[in-house]
Amino acid sequence: MIALVDYGAGNLTSVKKALAAIHAEVYVPASPREIARASGVIVPGVGHFSATRALDPSWRDAILARLGEGRPLLGICVGMQWLFEGSEEAPDCPGLGVLAGSCFRLGRRIAGGSADDAGSRDALKVPHVGWNSLLVTCEAPAVEGVSPGSQVYFTHSYAAPVTGEAVAITEHGQPFASIVQRGQVSGVQFHPEKSSDVGLRILRNFVETAR
Amino acid sequence: MLSKRIIACLDVRNGQVVKGINFEGLRNAGDPAELARRYNRELIDELVILDVTATIETRRAMADTIRAVAHEVFIPLAVGGGIRTEDDAAAAVEAGADKVSLNTAAIANPPLITTLANRYGSQAVIVAIDAKRSDDHYAVYVRSGSAAAECDAVEWAREAEARGAGEILLTSIDRDGTKAGFDCQMTAAVSRAVSIPVIASGGAGGLDDFVDVFTRGAADAALAASIFHYAETSVHALKEHLRAHGIPVRL
Repeated sequence: MIALVDYGAGNLTSVKKALAAIHAEVYVPASPREIARASGVIVPGVGHFSATRALDPSWRDAILARLGEGRPLLGICVGMQWLFEGSEEAPDCPGLGVLAGSCFRLGRRIAGGSADDAGSRDALKVPHVGWNSLLVTCEAPAVEGVSPGSQVYFTHSYAAPVTGEAVAITEHGQPFASIVQRGQVSGVQFHPEKSSDVGLRILRNFVETAR
Repeated sequence: MLSKRIIACLDVRNGQVVKGINFEGLRNAGDPAELARRYNRELIDELVILDVTATIETRRAMADTIRAVAHEVFIPLAVGGGIRTEDDAAAAVEAGADKVSLNTAAIANPPLITTLANRYGSQAVIVAIDAKRSDDHYAVYVRSGSAAAECDAVEWAREAEARGAGEILLTSIDRDGTKAGFDCQMTAAVSRAVSIPVIASGGAGGLDDFVDVFTRGAADAALAASIFHYAETSVHALKEHLRAHGIPVRL
């Protein structure tokens, strides 16, 4: 059974529905102690990085302990950013720190075009909302079966840096890590539960490692 | 590169899509879940379910509709029509909506934008603006276009952004239902005034209208209903047309 951690950031309905569609068994742990029986742990998230403050030391320890026992951990969107050391969005709020680096705000690039310019020359919009491509950079369980150029659904203003753990990169004004994986730790910046067949495939890849 | 989004709008009354539909191969052409599945196969990027009656009596049917669609397709789903309170929004989100669209209620009660953005995140809050040309500006209307709101669309879009809206759904009342093309000038004016995405709506008639709104109109997404419902064009064919014109799409 996969533990879906509910820390009050948005609702879990979409993630639950997507996991049900791929026949994964899921429970929402009521306390950190209940993480101990998880075959894998998913930390979802939408909204502000500071919401992760609700994941206090007791939750962090429980999640780290399960990871230490070899069980896989997946962070989604803000949940992925939380795997890093922290984020510019809430500098006083530490991340879990299992991945090196800190998340940053996507930049604005003002082209100052006229009304007749093509859309691509317009000012970069932040938040980054919509479908964008995954540039898969290396083989990893997380991206198995994901065709080159697959698009997934993003909605975020902050992003993780491209480090050695990035297995897929996406560009919005600048490159950022859209999928990371290191050992049993993985994270996706987009919403696999809202990314149609590609998203379900990526969720299935995680579920496979959590058997 | 970020794709331009194509969004289909399902106008729903008592659990049925109310605009005429004549897709082949659908068991029940008015069933929103079945239509959603069809659009999903054609690579629609997002769905909007609009409750066109929006009365207390239709709420339960609406929640069932949202649940049925969210069970079928795994793409972003927005819900609008008659969302007046935090409780209305909560019911839509609990049923499976990823975003709620506020129109009249946002004008009547602007702090609701912030309340919902704080609770669900800005990405979950769309402010829908219905506007028409009026002398030198774009006048905002509420109550399905029947009442002037005494404000300008560009100014209101900026304020909505400042209050926490994550996207603007901009409908041209002048063009709605005319198939004369989107109001690109108005769309560009609003899109360039805010940093959040703007979804253009109203007036889609042919494939080139979409090319126009993504270039001259600087739209981030375009929404249409009848052009897809009547199967005048498939979503897939539209996207191939856009790609041929150098516009990034998901195919």
